[in-house]
Amino acid sequence: MTAAIEVRAVEKRFGNVSIIRDLNLSVAKGERHAIIGPNGAGKSTTFNLISGHIKPTSGEVKLNGDLISGLRPFEINRRGLSRSFQVTNVFARMTVWENVRCAVLWATGHRYAFWKNVDSLPEVRERTAQILDDIHLTHRRDVPAGLLTYAEQRELEIGITIASGATVVMLDEPTAGMSHAETERAVSLIRRLTDGKTLVIVEHDMSVVFGLADRISVLVYGHIIASGTPEEIRRDPKVKEAYLGEEAH
Amino acid sequence: MKPAMTSTSIAPAKPAGDGLRFYGVWLIGIAALVVLPLVFSSGGSLTSFSLIGIAIVFALSYNILLGQTGLLSFGHAVHYGLGGFAACHMMNAVVSHGWPIPLPFIPLFGGLGGLVFAIIIGWVMTKRAGTVFAMISLGIGELVASSSLILRSVFGGEAGITTDRTALPKMLGWSFGPQLQVYYLIAFWLVLSAIAMYALTRTPLGRICNAVRDNPERVQFIGYDPHVVRYLAFCFAGFFAGVAGSLAAINFEIANSAYLGAIQSGLVLFATFIGGTAYFFGPILGAILVTYLQLGLTNVTSVWQLYFGIIFIGIVMFAPGGIAGLLMMHRPLVRAGTLWTVIPSYLVAIVPTVALACGVILTIETIARYSGGDPINLFGIAFNPTSPVTWIAAAVLLVGGFFVARLTWQRIADAWDRAATVARDRGYLA
Repeated sequence: MTAAIEVRAVEKRFGNVSIIRDLNLSVAKGERHAIIGPNGAGKSTTFNLISGHIKPTSGEVKLNGDLISGLRPFEINRRGLSRSFQVTNVFARMTVWENVRCAVLWATGHRYAFWKNVDSLPEVRERTAQILDDIHLTHRRDVPAGLLTYAEQRELEIGITIASGATVVMLDEPTAGMSHAETERAVSLIRRLTDGKTLVIVEHDMSVVFGLADRISVLVYGHIIASGTPEEIRRDPKVKEAYLGEEAH
Repeated sequence: MKPAMTSTSIAPAKPAGDGLRFYGVWLIGIAALVVLPLVFSSGGSLTSFSLIGIAIVFALSYNILLGQTGLLSFGHAVHYGLGGFAACHMMNAVVSHGWPIPLPFIPLFGGLGGLVFAIIIGWVMTKRAGTVFAMISLGIGELVASSSLILRSVFGGEAGITTDRTALPKMLGWSFGPQLQVYYLIAFWLVLSAIAMYALTRTPLGRICNAVRDNPERVQFIGYDPHVVRYLAFCFAGFFAGVAGSLAAINFEIANSAYLGAIQSGLVLFATFIGGTAYFFGPILGAILVTYLQLGLTNVTSVWQLYFGIIFIGIVMFAPGGIAGLLMMHRPLVRAGTLWTVIPSYLVAIVPTVALACGVILTIETIARYSGGDPINLFGIAFNPTSPVTWIAAAVLLVGGFFVARLTWQRIADAWDRAATVARDRGYLA
């Protein structure tokens, strides 16, 4: 079976500085895969490389067996990969409803249509309503996204990411800055919404990582030093030394 | 703390009254356009209404770029002017070839003139937004404006291209000689264009234009190419600017290089921004006010552009949402029923604010007319610009007005804060 995401020998240099070196990562279809690592290890850069936000200097990225490295973000998105951002990245002046609806439009085939009334597209309306219901923001549908609370914006961020119905979902620190209760809520939301999809997640909260992930990759200085099940990662001496430190005891 | 939820925000379906109110606003607007020339039938007001109608179409087209897609253009008059030239050439061709095309169809060709140029130049221009787009639009604007003086066969040089609107085939017995008939033609195209441009905002493309305005980066991760979105918006804006330009060409029976230039581009930016870019009706208010001021102020003072500048700076600094933004700020207060608590502070502020404005006007006019010695007529009172009495009056109004007005503005701010807090607590955010 081809992997959902296959990263092979990817390098990213900014000038003389190598941010990512010889990155190899394989995520199987339907797997929940967490990427962990210390600050500055290149986790977000890895996300940016896979989603097309930045282009690799060398190496290749495949999505469901097709080469996607070098494609632009919207081309990769149209092939079924969707990502969220670490810093909330929504359409601030538009309402919650409009935010989600915009994310639904391409996937429902309406593209750049300027001859259709956006309010009278039943499948768009139903899907938008469904996603708002899923992320528990139906009661806030007419509020501009910029006026939501932080936790609500993070939920909207996830809603926009899954709205297109992408089969591969990448979440960049979805619970960052959340309280304990909010984190629990977000994790059960993620678990439910990515059911049957491939999930790649960057996360700092180890209880989230070990509770959610089927497999974990550990990224240190732009290089993956270990990849395996949570149990394998816990026992791996290299990981203990490089990252988990006393947390692993 | 989460704000209290209201019943209006829970209900997924909009109440039926909204649709009625929506169509009501449009119908009132159309009725006003029909009735206006019957109430104010003098030649002067007909001319004013015609110019205002043209300015509204132009400003609405500009707002497809600025308000809807977040593109700041300094060269939008290029499409307006090219639309005007296309219309003039088309009218002359219709007359010389004897084609059966009556005048009301000419704006369509003007629109195509603006559209074709947008299609050609737009792909390169819209590659980037922000400063890059603004600079390129400025360059293209200058390029086309200067070309219009060089390429005489197309643009007619300094004299421009003249035409005779009455020479075209009649339609329904209308020759379009009288200004009243031209007014109705402009009003017809105004309604048509406004409906089309409003409808555009309600399409998938129109919604994604807003998304590109808010966050072009994120748009790429929901499947859209922001370059294509900007390009399409640019083409639509070019088309409707061309329609506006052709209406001007029909109105004046001439198109010349002034249509294309930086002044025209500046005026439309000015009108759109003053009116408010965040709401569809903002540019309509802005176009009405700016055209009206332009027509009115030029008769009263030689330094009318100075007043435009002051108004513009004032709006940018204190009310970046424009007139529409100021009006719509009051919506949550009206809904929450707390507007009446703010009104008294407004009334108190009127007198010192007007005094301050009079002081500013008197100061500007004194300086402007000092060497000439023309008397200043302010609300029927004559002031001599060389007299110390005038200087003292100006200084007292300016300084005294400012200090008293500032106190009353503070009162408005306080009253406003209280009213807005109550409105927020009751769940009315917008």
